[in-house]
Amino acid sequence: MGFLDRLRRKRPSNDKVRAQEEVSERGAPSSDALAGAEVQPSAGPQEVEKASSVMRVGRASDIGQVRTTNQDALVTFVAEYIGDHVDDAGMLSRGPFGFFIVADGMGGHQAGEVASSLAARVVAHQVIETIYLPYLMGEGPEAFQDPLTDLLGRAVSTANQAVHQQVPGGGTTLTCALVLGRRVYVAHVGDSRAYLVTDRLRQLTQDHSFVGRLVELGELSPDEAAVHPQRNVLYRAVGQGDHLDVDTYSQLLPPASRLLLCSDGLWGHVSEEEIGAIIASTPNPQKACERLIEAANAAGGSDNITVVLIEIPD
Amino acid sequence: MKDSLETRHITDESQGGAAPAEGLETRRIGSGSAPASDDKSTRQIAGPPATPPTTAPAAEATRPITPPPTTTPTEGTLPRGTVLQGRYQILGILGMGGMSSVYKARDLRFPEVEKLCAIKEMINLAPDPQIRATMIRNFEREANILATLNHPAVPKVYDYFTEGDRSYLVLEFIEGQDLEEVLSEVPEGEFLPEKQVLEWAIQLCDVLIYLHGHKPQPIVFRDLKPSNIMLDSHGRIRLIDFGIAKVFQSGQKGTMIGTEGYSPPEQYRGSAEPRGDIYALGATLHHLLTKQDPRLEPPFSFQERPVRQANPSVSPEFEAVIMKALEYDAEKRYGSAEEMKHALLGVGRRIGYRRPGAGPAAGVVLTGETDLEASETMALWRFACEDEVRSSPTVADGILYIGSYDHNLYALDAETGEFLWKYATEGGIASSPYVSEGKVLVGSQDRVLYAIHARTGRIEWTCPTQGRIYSSPRVEFNHVFFGSDDHHMYAASLQTGRVAWKVDMGAPIRSSAAIAEGQLFFGCEDGSVASLDIRGEMRWRFRAKRAVTSSPALDQEEGLLFVGSMDWNIYALDARSGWAVWRFRTSGPIVSSPAIHQGVVYVGSADGHLYALDARNGRVLWKYQTEGQVTSSPAYYNGAVYFGGVDGCIYSLDAETGDLRWRVKTGGPVTSSPCVVNEVVYIGSTDRYVYALPA
Repeated sequence: MGFLDRLRRKRPSNDKVRAQEEVSERGAPSSDALAGAEVQPSAGPQEVEKASSVMRVGRASDIGQVRTTNQDALVTFVAEYIGDHVDDAGMLSRGPFGFFIVADGMGGHQAGEVASSLAARVVAHQVIETIYLPYLMGEGPEAFQDPLTDLLGRAVSTANQAVHQQVPGGGTTLTCALVLGRRVYVAHVGDSRAYLVTDRLRQLTQDHSFVGRLVELGELSPDEAAVHPQRNVLYRAVGQGDHLDVDTYSQLLPPASRLLLCSDGLWGHVSEEEIGAIIASTPNPQKACERLIEAANAAGGSDNITVVLIEIPD
Repeated sequence: MKDSLETRHITDESQGGAAPAEGLETRRIGSGSAPASDDKSTRQIAGPPATPPTTAPAAEATRPITPPPTTTPTEGTLPRGTVLQGRYQILGILGMGGMSSVYKARDLRFPEVEKLCAIKEMINLAPDPQIRATMIRNFEREANILATLNHPAVPKVYDYFTEGDRSYLVLEFIEGQDLEEVLSEVPEGEFLPEKQVLEWAIQLCDVLIYLHGHKPQPIVFRDLKPSNIMLDSHGRIRLIDFGIAKVFQSGQKGTMIGTEGYSPPEQYRGSAEPRGDIYALGATLHHLLTKQDPRLEPPFSFQERPVRQANPSVSPEFEAVIMKALEYDAEKRYGSAEEMKHALLGVGRRIGYRRPGAGPAAGVVLTGETDLEASETMALWRFACEDEVRSSPTVADGILYIGSYDHNLYALDAETGEFLWKYATEGGIASSPYVSEGKVLVGSQDRVLYAIHARTGRIEWTCPTQGRIYSSPRVEFNHVFFGSDDHHMYAASLQTGRVAWKVDMGAPIRSSAAIAEGQLFFGCEDGSVASLDIRGEMRWRFRAKRAVTSSPALDQEEGLLFVGSMDWNIYALDARSGWAVWRFRTSGPIVSSPAIHQGVVYVGSADGHLYALDARNGRVLWKYQTEGQVTSSPAYYNGAVYFGGVDGCIYSLDAETGDLRWRVKTGGPVTSSPCVVNEVVYIGSTDRYVYALPA
């Protein structure tokens, strides 16, 4: 008997019922086949499904105190399917799908806002088309030969072409994060950042900033960097040429952690300690985003500020 | 002292009392346009190569950015036909960058012939008359220094003058191509010949020796890079574009700045000394040999991109010289251009390069490869089986267990190699034994999994399957898990061998399972990687394009599963869901099973390399080339990586750098994987021996 048959046979057709049953099984797994064996409750699809129950997201973008335009752009996309259908592979868990972008444009004469907005929309479009739609229709890992980080990187490359061709004089940073199950997949160019927030902030992305690189090499101290005349120089950005190297990362998400995407208008003004304290003391992610913007404005708000905060369920 | 990234200038003193320079001279795509505001958050993008004009300081732009490339001369450039000083007739523009332009001009004092010269124009935009005057004085002082230089690789200075807010330097016109152009003409997939680049390197050292030896002060060129090096019509190297323009950089608020890519880290602290030119020479040579433009790479990332990684045809000796020149720490570079030239001449001798007109090369040939490959270590013992040993050893309680194609499972004293017992199966043993609870478990090509008493060699039970067994057993939860060519993954009781379940995966299973947290992970010959829970329930499946014979390695903390495939890729999969996180493509099929240690994945490929990859993203940290395929699976032990090669050698590499620690030649391809215990490496070879070597 093939395993698929076994799986089909074992799984009732109603997802919700099944989920319930499995949850109730967890404490005392009945393992007829492995009688006597020390069986750990398997951390299986149940958890993925449980995770699907909530993905709360906060987001905010503000022009700041000095600028006359907001050149930042953001995208949030959270999608969930809950239904009766068991697909052919016997895997029905279309857990929550979250996709988020922060882009910080640069260039005068509106080129900055055009670049960030175009790049964010091109990336979102391509990710939804190449990842989300197949996923929605039941495609699992077996159908995706390309790693998710490659697909994200390719979407950013497409945006790069678009900005390079359509927005002369414009460029943008772009940091995007796909949250699927217990893992986040990140693609990144520039100096916007993705942080994993637990009891502390852990920066997942590396800034493509010239001064940042000098600090990494120990040639400059962070204090020197803060006042360095080249502190805002990027060595990589979307839209600056035909070819773009996109950094990609992935990270397991601990239960009850949060994911923060932000432009340098936040991290350039508010210390990581303060960001962490605000998030820790503000359970509602939307409220937390608003408080982060307030903090950046209080610190001068000399740049546009954009924040996306994703709450990873327990 | 300078506080900035100005490209280059002649001596530290030459800047004199001028206002502090504001920043890097712009040498970037479309550096014309919007200057940065002083706003803290103003961002600029360091641009890739090329050098269009800068002029009009635009007002108010908030985020300066590389504007679109343009070659349109800006308002400020001199039109063709303009005559300067009643003598120099402008014929066209040769180049533009930062605050300066270079024209091709004709010297009208020679009416009978077309005597050409290059005229560099620098615009002085300092608003304060005092500062303007200082700048002009500095410019003239630098022009005077340049005019005294006398070296075949340095263009002659004929004249200088100032007209209004523009100062001019008249230079020898050099017919030829710069090295950036030369490099751009190298066809895709090809490289400049090593010997050619070596010759240029030696000539560049010669001119640096001259400049650095200048009295009273050494002259630091500061901006050595392919576009500043001309190859004249005689094929000789000439330096162009001495960075006199820098004098006029002061006070240009928001001048856009790009990373030059070739300058040493300390230059950005304002330090300029001869060893900075050594670094820039190293960066230039790196670019010429690898075709990796440093302006498009993360700054100061040369150490992460050794020359031979991109261009393996370069000799290790030349690579070593370049990488030494590129040390971040100036103290670790060559102390002088002489020293570097000496090293380059040494490279020439080793690769058999004769310099043109240099007479017969002395001591041409290397003494042989042996001194590069470390001394061979002596085996502690070796044990002869009756046929090839492709199985990998296991050591438990001082006893080594290993299978052989001679059908036997052997038990040897791990310390002495003394024979303890053997158990004869009905087929060759290619899989590796596993020891648990006093039993040795091993599969054979006779289709049976055996459990044998570890001390005595007596049979305890057998578990027959319908296919040959290449998969090595794993034990967890008191059960043995193994795959068979009959397409099934089996779970059998460790006590009795009774099959608890078997799952049909639709293809032979030769991969061995990784087990953690109640889940099994293994590959199948149809290219799938599967995860079952310990009840045999399918959790997920991923599909590579070709067979997965390699056994997965799990990083539990990161939740990642690493596995190689015959489709040439190594994959990182999310262990919970099976989604591919990244993949890295080698140049050959992967049979070797990865080893993971502290965020580094080690794996061999049939392309002949052992790779060390960053577990987070699959980037190559280093790779080591053997002389044959690497199908053996590496083992990590105490800072070193051990594996066998089809070239017959057993290797020990430094895990951090990939440098060879030692290698030992056996009499046949080594496809067995090492087991390292108590400072001893155990491994089999197809020469029929089992080896014990000091780690």
